[in-house]
Amino acid sequence: MLRVLSLSKRFGAVRAVDDATFEVRDGEYLCILGSTGSGKTTLLRLIAGILRPDEGETYIDETLMNETPPEDRNVVYVPQTYALFPHMTVLENVMFGPVARRVPQKKAKEKAMSVLQLVRLDHRTDALPSELSGGMQQRVALARGLASGAKLLLLDEPLGALDARLRIELRGDLKRIAKDSGLTVIHVTHDQEEAMSIADRILILRKGRVQQHGTPFHVYRRPENLFVANFVGRTNFLEGIVDSRDREKTTVRLRQNMYIDVADTSHEREEYIIVAVREESTHLTRDDPGEGMNALDGEIIQLHFLGYSTRFEVKLKNGDRVSSLVSTDDPIGRVKMGDRVRVSFNPRNTLVYDYPTLGLRHELEVY
Amino acid sequence: MPEVRIIDVSKSYGKITALSDISLEVHDGEYVCIVGPSGCGKTTLIKSIAGIVQPDRGEILIDGKSVSHLPIEDRGTGYVFQEIALFPHMNVYDNVSYGLMVRGESPEERKGTVTEMLDMLSIKENSRFYPAELSGGAMQKTAIARALASGSTLLLLDEPLGALDVKVRTVIRHELKRLVKELGLTAIHVTHDQEEAISIADRIVIMKAGRIVEVGPSDELYLNPSRIFTAKFLGEANFFVGIVEKHVGKTLNVKMGDTTLSVRKREKIDLEPNDTCVLAIRPEFVKMVHRDEGNRLNALKGKIVEASFLGDLMNYIVEALNGLRVQVKVQISEEEPDIRVGDDVTIVLPEEHLLIYRHPSEGLEKELALE
Repeated sequence: MLRVLSLSKRFGAVRAVDDATFEVRDGEYLCILGSTGSGKTTLLRLIAGILRPDEGETYIDETLMNETPPEDRNVVYVPQTYALFPHMTVLENVMFGPVARRVPQKKAKEKAMSVLQLVRLDHRTDALPSELSGGMQQRVALARGLASGAKLLLLDEPLGALDARLRIELRGDLKRIAKDSGLTVIHVTHDQEEAMSIADRILILRKGRVQQHGTPFHVYRRPENLFVANFVGRTNFLEGIVDSRDREKTTVRLRQNMYIDVADTSHEREEYIIVAVREESTHLTRDDPGEGMNALDGEIIQLHFLGYSTRFEVKLKNGDRVSSLVSTDDPIGRVKMGDRVRVSFNPRNTLVYDYPTLGLRHELEVY
Repeated sequence: MPEVRIIDVSKSYGKITALSDISLEVHDGEYVCIVGPSGCGKTTLIKSIAGIVQPDRGEILIDGKSVSHLPIEDRGTGYVFQEIALFPHMNVYDNVSYGLMVRGESPEERKGTVTEMLDMLSIKENSRFYPAELSGGAMQKTAIARALASGSTLLLLDEPLGALDVKVRTVIRHELKRLVKELGLTAIHVTHDQEEAISIADRIVIMKAGRIVEVGPSDELYLNPSRIFTAKFLGEANFFVGIVEKHVGKTLNVKMGDTTLSVRKREKIDLEPNDTCVLAIRPEFVKMVHRDEGNRLNALKGKIVEASFLGDLMNYIVEALNGLRVQVKVQISEEEPDIRVGDDVTIVLPEEHLLIYRHPSEGLEKELALE
């Protein structure tokens, strides 16, 4: 469907998109995930043809598009701030594109009605945009995009203007509409939870460079670098030195001679490494956590109720901090500030990275 | 003495009622979040407290004194509002230290506080920049720092983290709360993000259509909401309609189709046999159990129709044999469960987690509507 080869775009000294190469399959829902300034909107605009790349190529259905203007690419781009025509009704807004392309009135109306049904606004066809809530306006913008008949939909933060609660509700709708209509979608977002719940595959950008491209499962379970491990999900990072290793595990020495085991065996003795453990994979316990599990003693210094679970922050004896996510109905969740606990985790649920040359903090920086 | 007392405040814009008889007390040193869907009146309420909006009726007291006729600058509050910009001719440092300067602190005295604020919000490297040179996120952080350093004991924050990326927001919100507590301030914080509210508020105020739906500590509102809309708005929940069959001691039997569920009675709800009721349960409290345990209390047999991996959670939709669709969330701490679409499963709706409500007179759909 879409193939992007070594695409680059600079604005002055800033490399907004830097050598991006990836493919989007027919019917796939891709989320481009990155923080403000990561280049995700620029990348979307390059694909739409609104911006011209400095280098690289864009293929849509195996045809090179570099010289093709946006209107001839058979794509529809829905920008973050959707400009509906304020003096036109919902129906007129949605029919505008097809009518402008000289689709007969009757056919344009049929098409508009069918997409309004998809976005569940067929009961508000005569309303003016100002009479609609933000969520409804967003859906009109989406319907307008769908009515164009293009097979590739480019959505820039399509849920960004909405309340958090409504956003969760509309995620499911968006995916359903895309799948029901057989569309290929590229959806830009800074919300990793949104990307995880909606995407077939996720492409993670940082400072214009692709960090990882894969299914939500792959990106979450096998983050290729520290940035991805931090940006997607909530992760603890422990600094250590490889103490010893055998065929099944490596023993790592943390600060002040605390030891843990990790399943990774790819690092040599005395190497500086970072061990990453997900918050939900670290357990709190008062007892012996069992054979083969890591156990680190510490004290609860903060707790945050999140509803579905509670996040406990534990200060370990060596000064390192570890966060642990505990289900709300788990009895261990009754521990309080200042209580002594053990943090345990399975060596299999750890990931190991080389110690970054510029330091851990630099590597994790979101911007 | 409560820090802020709002008494019967109402405000209309033409035909639209933005606030309808709002009464609320915010105590000294409390961190209160006001949440609700867009258009619920939360912004009008905080603007009324600030003095940006003049209510049609009612009274607002700060520290026991009516402020109804005082302009914003005389109410003694620190604030972050989208429409109140930073001083454009001052750099970040001077913007943040402005309040302390006005109160007569010397530059040396101011330096410690300002530096701490800038450091905490990680905008130290921007301290010589002017507002026009800042990103939206950095501007917002500067506005927060300015409010915190203003020397006021009451902070009014309208979507103070709204311009920040999700990942940054989840970190900053705890810093914000920590500082408010350390400085002994009272904060009223409006947010559209219910997760933000749950994780930082001492108490949450839920609003809908110009009215307060419910007020309470976040864990109480999440675990035991008195109102259906609260269950809907804070977190996710499954809702079912049933008919009360009979009282059995401390529980009620509720019939849904050919299934009978046992539900713990709640205070203040009096339901009689044959009354229509609504049951709610959060997806993480639904238990997936082994098929052999199908004779347990409140067990339903069904099939998985959707399964998605969300990283720390698996999200399932189960279609039960009695026709109910139930969302189930399972936290993944070791490996994800080996359950796929099409699998036969048994789920249990534990009676201690089932919430029961009187069926709303205007219909369930209207009660749950977010827009």
